[in-house]
Amino acid sequence: MSDVTQDQEQRAFERARKIRMGVTYTLLTLWALIVLFPFYWMVLTSIKSYGSYNAEYVPLLYTTSPTLQNYVDAFTAVPLARYFMNTVIFTGITTALMLVVIVLAAFAFSRLDFAGKDLLFTAFLSLMMIPNELVVITNFVTITNWGLRNTFLGLILPSVTSVFYIYLLKENFDQIPDDLYKAAKVDGCSDFKYLMKVMIPICRPTIVTVVLLKVIECWNSYVWPRLITDNELYFLVSNGIQEIRENGFGRENIPAMMAAVVVISVPLIVLFLIFRKKIMEGVSRGGTKG
Amino acid sequence: MKIVLEHITKRYPNRNKKIGGLVTAVEDFDLTIPDGKLVALLGPSGCGKSTTLNMICGLEDPTEGKIWFGDTDVTRLSPEVRGVGMVFQSYALYPHMTVLQNIMFPLENLKGADKLSRDEMVRRAEHAASLVQISELLERKPSQVSGGQQQRVAIARALVKTPKVLLLDEPLSNLDARLRLTTREEIRRIQRETGITTVFVTHDQEEAMSISDEIVVMENGVIRQVGKPQRVYDEPDNLFVSKFLGTPPINVFEGHVERGQLYIGTERVLDVFQAPDGPVTVGVRPEGFVVDADGPFTCGLVAVERMGRDTSVVATHDALEAVQMRAIVSSDARVDTSASNVRFRLRPEKTRLFDAQTGQRIHFVGETMEEPAEVMAREARAAAGAPKPEAGATA
Amino acid sequence: MNTRSMKGWLYLIPAIAFLGVFVVYPLFDVVVYSFEEGYNSASQTFFGTGTYNFSYVLRDTYFIQALKNTFILVIITVPLSTGLALLISVGLSSIKKLQELYQTIFFLPYVTNTLAVGLVFMILFQKTAYTDGFVNQIIHLFGGSSVDFIDGPYWAKMTVMCIYTVWVVMPFKVLILTSALASVNPDYYKAAKVDGTSSWRIFYKITLPMISPMIFYLIITGFIGAFKAYGDVVAIFGTNLNAAGMNTIVGYVYDMLYGDGGGYPSYASAAALVLFAIVLTITVINLLIQRRSVQTS
Repeated sequence: MSDVTQDQEQRAFERARKIRMGVTYTLLTLWALIVLFPFYWMVLTSIKSYGSYNAEYVPLLYTTSPTLQNYVDAFTAVPLARYFMNTVIFTGITTALMLVVIVLAAFAFSRLDFAGKDLLFTAFLSLMMIPNELVVITNFVTITNWGLRNTFLGLILPSVTSVFYIYLLKENFDQIPDDLYKAAKVDGCSDFKYLMKVMIPICRPTIVTVVLLKVIECWNSYVWPRLITDNELYFLVSNGIQEIRENGFGRENIPAMMAAVVVISVPLIVLFLIFRKKIMEGVSRGGTKG
Repeated sequence: MKIVLEHITKRYPNRNKKIGGLVTAVEDFDLTIPDGKLVALLGPSGCGKSTTLNMICGLEDPTEGKIWFGDTDVTRLSPEVRGVGMVFQSYALYPHMTVLQNIMFPLENLKGADKLSRDEMVRRAEHAASLVQISELLERKPSQVSGGQQQRVAIARALVKTPKVLLLDEPLSNLDARLRLTTREEIRRIQRETGITTVFVTHDQEEAMSISDEIVVMENGVIRQVGKPQRVYDEPDNLFVSKFLGTPPINVFEGHVERGQLYIGTERVLDVFQAPDGPVTVGVRPEGFVVDADGPFTCGLVAVERMGRDTSVVATHDALEAVQMRAIVSSDARVDTSASNVRFRLRPEKTRLFDAQTGQRIHFVGETMEEPAEVMAREARAAAGAPKPEAGATA
Repeated sequence: MNTRSMKGWLYLIPAIAFLGVFVVYPLFDVVVYSFEEGYNSASQTFFGTGTYNFSYVLRDTYFIQALKNTFILVIITVPLSTGLALLISVGLSSIKKLQELYQTIFFLPYVTNTLAVGLVFMILFQKTAYTDGFVNQIIHLFGGSSVDFIDGPYWAKMTVMCIYTVWVVMPFKVLILTSALASVNPDYYKAAKVDGTSSWRIFYKITLPMISPMIFYLIITGFIGAFKAYGDVVAIFGTNLNAAGMNTIVGYVYDMLYGDGGGYPSYASAAALVLFAIVLTITVINLLIQRRSVQTS
């Protein structure tokens, strides 16, 4: 008798579990669709021809006559290629400069002893709490006064340092055992050589993560470039998109606009798919959006 | 290369800033290490032995005192100029380099006239690798070789510049017990083959005793005794050294001396002529007990453990410093395991007396298996004018 | 100073220089600006000092509108996104099959250009002469009538803004909560199961308390982030946010600094400081609540 009830209980339990799993997968799939839909829409619209898009009063979820004309337009009717190149240059130089600055700073904090180190490090950490909005005003005035508006230098300089990345790298440097440094001293290795030949190679994973996060940040930066450039020659992709939207193809050429959006979104998505684990791990270690 | 440490003192600022002030890690350390010898710095953790090694290496500067390598004052020289090789407790191998790159690393840092060609570096690295018998591992990363092999890589890296002095910081502590035995023999072999003056730090007395020419026992930054291992074991200068050396450890009792007789509790256990009257601390090595039904020393019997060659008698006594004592007796000794007591006789050459307050050694007649001539000489000295009248009175 | 000390500072020169010029100096400067009345950015002169800038900003209808918009956005999106993220993360950590795929998809918005995808959202919600737009089609499906979400009524515009904001902030929250859930020692669950605890009770009594520090962290960063909303709003409504009536505090700061009718760094500074004060207050309140709830639990 007890076997029967046990069996029933078991079956009820199984059923409850199946229902729960079903609900879970439905919920997750629903959210996945909400996340993916804009991307699908963007690609779909970008391959609809101008005529067919505007003819659809009820927008279709598919297209029968895909075209690449919009991509041609995106590169010819507006200077998308230039925005793209500008962003590559900006991202490349900013990231490279940042790397030099933070590696040297993290090394000093982690490995060297000097008067006032603890105090300075605390001061650095407290700077992490300063919102960008508070300092952007003066930086705008500073860069304007230096005559660096509409230059790469003006775009790059205020974007170089990040206290958070110094902190992240310093923590990683700290994990390298002390004995390694002593061994290097016995081996006649200078501080700088130790940094280059031992610390950087060992901490390469963290450095790669920092670079990836910085590249994402640079690629998506909008506020500072908007303030500091009003000459199209120096627009980055974010400003470019805004410019295209307001003055570009004419307000109504949505498919061409979407082609441009696809073009500027692809590099980061590719980067993400390659370095998925590293990026997600890096963000969960303390990145924030923006 | 002879190493001379001349009154070395090392003080650090206190790490706890609230207390402040200085902490003395090593105090007035005075030692000469003869050329080509293997010397162990031995002591419990925090006794200053690693600090001393770091000062010999040049990783830390002494606050006071001088360090000489031969006739050269190296006190303020940096490690690479001193010509030392060092093996760290954690081996400190560079994880991103192969074994060969690790061994070559010190050579790559040579500058100016000492600069070597790439081929020469590889040749020397391979030679060092063959010396420690890891030639087949050169292309692997440190994480791909075993702990014992990592140890050898570290030694090869320390030897590749043919240093005048080799320093080893707890070289065996990260190895399992079996590997420890073979590796310490290996270190001994390499040291003999190369003839390099070697200093190693350990907290394991067995390790120190087994391979070194001399041991230096340290406590709280101070040298407590220097000497050949067996000599230090047999003739400890003080209670600390006697307790630190030997497994199982020496058994320590409270006792007192009255007119040349040693008392533990109320029992008169041993003749200790010429020892001054008063309270003493008595140390008896486990092998210093002889089971004897008529023996003068009665202890509470806890257990008898027979282990092949030896028999251990575990016992208790009110005057014992620890909870239990352990005596190692010959396996043919008869112990009545049903009895509640066991009686012992003490071997004078395995029994050591120390001042109850200072822990300094107190000598008595018959404590060593000395040559008769020596005994006679001492007795003559005592007869000529004993410095301590009460000792003379009992004689 | 000895040579060793010199060396440390030498390595830090670049960092100190950059931070000094672009973070520390501006920090003091913004306060100075905010008290300089009638500052003229062309001639770099000002009439006097005082609190006029603050009173001007606080009485400016555009600022009041921006304040209102920002607060509504914060009040709606922070609880909504945090709750939704918790739901999704719990679902995500309870499955095995396809877990990585879902994780990857959910994180995708984090690496996309906010401005670019905002444009897609605008198109999805927009109603023009040629089309009602995709979202309105769905509303039709459920028997509703079409709304212009981009140029239409205030609540409609606010809805789009909130939806897009939630879409944008979700990846970070889901990631943080998923890794928090993954780091709970499974022994707790095993122990609870042995005790016969129901799944809901396990979640409420074990999981939630264990990940509560991370939830608090997300709420605090969520508040701070939402108060600084700007880019995603521009993406949907264009740069002239005042005209759309959808400006935010940060948008107001930038408009005052530069933009149509800009060139008032003093007003911008005053507004930025007001924002900073609000964010600081909310953060402190959050921390106090967190401390209290940690103490009582």
